[in-house]
Parts: sequence; C-alpha cells; structure tokens
Amino acid sequence: MLEQLKDTIKKALPELDFVIGWGMGFDALHATPLFMYEPEDVDKLVWGPLNVHNLATYLPALKGRKVGIVVKGCDSRSVAELLQENLINREDVVIFGAPCRGTVSLTKIRKVIGNTGLIEDVNYADGTLTVKAEGASHEMALKDIRADKCGYCRFPNAVLSDHFVGEKRAPQVEEDTFEDLAEFESQPFEERRDFWMKEMDRCIRCYACRNACPLCVCRDHCVAQSRDPHWLSQQDGVRDKFMFQIIHATHLAGRCTTCGECERACPVDIPVLLFKRKFTKAIKDTFDYDAGLDPEATPPLLAFKANEDNIKEKEW
Amino acid sequence: MAKYLKKDDLGSWLKELGETYKVIAPVEEGDAVVFRRLTDERTLRIDRQATQGPKGVLFPACEELVSFKYVKDPENPEKTKVEVKETVEAEPTLIFGARPCDARGFDVFDGAFTKCAVKDNYYMARREQAIVVSLACTKTETTCFCNWVGGSPDGTGGSDVLLTPVTGGYLVEAVTDKGEALMGGKLLSDADDARQAEAKKLLQEAKDSLREAPDFDCMPEQLYALFDNMDFWEKQSAKCISCGACTYLCPTCHCFNITDEQQGKEGSRIRSWDNCMSHMFTNEASGHNPRPTKAYRLKNRVGHKFCYFPDMHDGHIACVGCGRCIKSCPVALDIREVVTAAKECRLPEEETSDD
Repeated sequence: MLEQLKDTIKKALPELDFVIGWGMGFDALHATPLFMYEPEDVDKLVWGPLNVHNLATYLPALKGRKVGIVVKGCDSRSVAELLQENLINREDVVIFGAPCRGTVSLTKIRKVIGNTGLIEDVNYADGTLTVKAEGASHEMALKDIRADKCGYCRFPNAVLSDHFVGEKRAPQVEEDTFEDLAEFESQPFEERRDFWMKEMDRCIRCYACRNACPLCVCRDHCVAQSRDPHWLSQQDGVRDKFMFQIIHATHLAGRCTTCGECERACPVDIPVLLFKRKFTKAIKDTFDYDAGLDPEATPPLLAFKANEDNIKEKEW
Repeated sequence: MAKYLKKDDLGSWLKELGETYKVIAPVEEGDAVVFRRLTDERTLRIDRQATQGPKGVLFPACEELVSFKYVKDPENPEKTKVEVKETVEAEPTLIFGARPCDARGFDVFDGAFTKCAVKDNYYMARREQAIVVSLACTKTETTCFCNWVGGSPDGTGGSDVLLTPVTGGYLVEAVTDKGEALMGGKLLSDADDARQAEAKKLLQEAKDSLREAPDFDCMPEQLYALFDNMDFWEKQSAKCISCGACTYLCPTCHCFNITDEQQGKEGSRIRSWDNCMSHMFTNEASGHNPRPTKAYRLKNRVGHKFCYFPDMHDGHIACVGCGRCIKSCPVALDIREVVTAAKECRLPEEETSDD
C-alpha cells in the first residue's frame, strides 16, 4: 500500500509545489512531517501508527500555493473544516488518503517502556508494535498504546480525498459515547478542580497546543499574547493558564474535530483534549452536529437559526 | 577526595540538606518529570532526563521586578506620585538532579546576566544563593548531543557537586568551594578505588555511546554567510509550527518580556519568558516586524546559539546539547540537522567563484 501511495504522489508531484507527508525522525519511534519537493523525497515517506501529526495545520499558511497533503481519517476532517471556513481553496490542495488503523500515543509507550529516549529499533506488524530499547524488546498491542482518539474513531478513511489508496477500513465504533468524559465528570467537583490545578501548574505557556491545532486560525494575532488590547495577563498562575485553555476550547466549539493535536503536542503532557471533548459533546447534544464531515456545512456557532431544535427558549 | 553515598541514604541526605536549603529536584507530576520543591508527598524521579530542566529555578518563567502604586499627594490632590518597590527575592536553594547539560545552561545565563555591562540583580541574587548538585549521565538518549557543543556526560560546568551513579549508590565529588561545603555530611563515606574505577568506566561507556561530534568552529562564519539565504531557512523551517516548546525547555534560552500588569491604582512590573519562535518576539511599536515569518525566527534561534552568542562570549556555544528541543518538539524538528545542513550548505559565493 505504501508503494502505491508513493507512486500516486510521484505522479501528482510535477503539478504541485510540494506534498506534505511523514518521514522518520530522530529515531525509529518518532516520525516527523516530511515536505516532499522532489521524487526522491517521496521515497522517504512512511505510513503507519507512528504518523501521529495532523499535517492539516500547515495548510492555512500555504493558502494560494498548490500543495498536496497526505491524511489519516481524522486529519481529513480538519481539511474539511478549513474548507468550510474558506481558510484554504479546494482547488489548491490535492488530498492523498489511506486507511488508518490508529496512531500511537508516545506518552502511553513511555508508561510501558519507561523511557522513550533509548530507542534502538521499532517494528510494526498486524496490530503489534515491537520496540527495542536498552537491549530489551517490548511487544505492545496497538489497541493498548494507541491515542485515546483512535479508541472512538468513526472515520478511519479520509472523509474527502482526491486519491485514496488501499482498502477502506471499518470504523472502530459506530457512535462516540464519550465514556472518557463521563468517567472524568463522575468525580466530585473538588477532585476535578484539584486535578486541573495540578495539571495546569506545569504549563509552560509555549502554546504548542494552539500552534499544533489546525483550527486555531488566529495564528499571529492570538488573545493570549496580544498586548493592545491586553486581554490576558502575563502572570503565570494557574488561573491565567486555565483561562487560555477555556478560550481555546470555546473558540473551537463546533469546529474542533478532536484530532488531539493539542494534547499530543503538549511537551509536559497536560491532557488538554478533555476540554475539547466536553465542548464536542455539548455541540453534539445541542445541535446534533459533527465537525469536519461536510465541507459545505456551516458550524452551528457560526450560523443562526430562529428556532433551534434542542434549545427551547420559547417554551419556558 | 571523592565520597560515596548509599542509594538508600539519598533521601535522608536530601532531607538533611533541606534544613539549610530549599531543595528543588526532579519529581513526577502527571506524566511529566519537572523540577519542584522536594516534599514527602512528591516522588523523586532521577532515572531519566526531566521533561523540563531546572532553568526556572534561577530564571523563573514569571517574576515580579517591581510593584508600584499610584498615590495622591495629601498636600496637593492634583498631584499623583508613584510608589515603586523593588522585589529582589532569593533564599539558599539547592538544585538537585540537574544533568551536566542542565548545569552548563547556567554558565550561559551567567554570561548573559552577570558578565555583561549591565548586571541582572534578580538573577545574580538567586545565583549566589544557589548550589547545584548534578547527576552525571551513565546512559545517553537518542537526542543527546552534549559532546557536539563542548559538554560531556560527566561535565562539571555550572555544577558545584557532581554525583555519578555506581553500584549501590553514588560517587560524590565537589566541583567548587561551594560544593566542598557539602562533603562533610555524616552519610558520606570515603569512596574506595573500586567505586571510582567503576564510575570512570560507566562514564567512558556513556561518552562512547554518543555520536561523533562534528567540528563547529566554522559555524559563526558559516551562519553569518547564510544570513540572507532565506531559501535555506524556509526549507529548514518548513515543518516548524512556531510554538515555544523548544525555547522554553531549553536550558540556555533566556529572552524575556517585560509587562506592566495593573489593576486600579496598583500593579506589578513583571518579567516573563519570551521566545524567538513567536510572531510577537521583537515586534516593533511601529508595527514593523524584523522577523516576520518562521524562517526568520528559526534563523534567529539557531543563529543566537551557534553564531551571535559565541561571537560575544569567547566562542561559547549557547546550546548544551540536552536534546529537549528535539524530543519535545511537536514535529520532531532536529536542531542537529539544521546546524549540520548549515555547516554543509555550499554558499552561493563559492559557487560563483568557481566560474
């Protein structure tokens, strides 16, 4: 399948400035975005559970250029969302899709093997990832170390693509039941508050969560750093850091596809996707809407309906 | 004379030191390892490199420089004066479990904050009261490259005491006079030759496990020559997402911003970390941005570490090779690759001179 994907990209490359995919990074466990300019660059392309990044995040800054992008199912939803908001032009972007079996969570792998800094070799076959580190070999079933989002994935195949390579996979689940969120919310308020006080305390305000997010589109004009107006304090208390997360999540309500980049990018492992899960469920419950499935749709909070189906404001 | 500390006595030793110093050490927090004040509730984690080094202990992410208050002159209510209070705060602090690379970061801070024409009182007060007890590395990670930039798994720059893990405990060696003061503890015994030999062997193995170091002597010149080659920087920065993870986790990055946070008549002038990956970095009041795209900004990060800082500080590279900017980068951008590419980049001048 990978070879077929490479051939497809090579055929399309002459018409494009470049194609963005994944290559191997600094060791066998860490992939890195790969910008393919020449056919020989395409030979470095990899596909599999290590392709953790959502490359759609690069697209808005490339608006106006002819580029190709390789997508997993979840990434393609971000592309659809960007199209909805006119942040990219459909005719400028060539989408290469392939079926995805899920991607790893490097944090979960670290919990199993102790340190992901000592990698010697990695192999993946038939749902099992084998990591060799410090002379020891660790076999892990993908379902045990995959990103949480892959556990409730309904779209393993690109929702839109120009070229789809390989056989489409069945979704993990038919419906997202938000069990992770229910579990967290079953805790008393004090415990949840203490949890966030502790987790947010180590936030270093690098804004990797924001910059990895394909739909954080204010880019260089973010409220967090704007000095005039001076929306957010530069004090680094938990209150100010938490405030930013709430702004981020609110701004993404109805647009977020829960691709999980915010949480994956966080260098200090703060589980910030949980905020977006909360809002995604609220949007689903209130508007019966899933973000990033239809490029022609309008996110509910960007639209107006005189009589909402699930908001009974006239029947108090 | 090198000392020996039993592994089981480490906790007691740190507790004993806690009577004199505020002890800051790498502890587990959520899924990360960060430097925090060591307490009974916290779990010390020194089996792997901390997610974030101890730089914030001497250069906090946010600190108050002065507090201020506008008050009316009781004699003449038309006049308002500002009462300003400088807030230099420091207490005896012991940083435990820094790696040699982390400690070398303090050398870079010293260069910037204590050796230039303008001295930074806030930093200097903390630095003077701090004692750094580092832990040598007997294992190296795939992202480690301290040997490329003048460091070593047992480097002592910036440290006062160096511990080396050996069977059953640690070899403890004083590096500075400040560190010598810690050698008298009851829990420390004289280290025998076998332990010293073991430490030496383990450290040699660690050194041998690192990739061969390229010669970076030519880097300042090479980077100046590449300064206007924006094609090069655009390609190198293509995958950068312009977040500040690399710089905020970097033991040497020390850029900061100053902001007045005022509510009503009172406020604080605070200093907080800034980073050259951000669009706002050095944005001018006129609206002109000297580093308008990520290509310019990455050029600045690499240039500052491998060119401008060495140029101003006797060739001292402002990178300690800890590798955090590589392993914690959301897109695994590898500074080793950028610097190597810059080193190997054939400059346009050379191409034309061949004609």
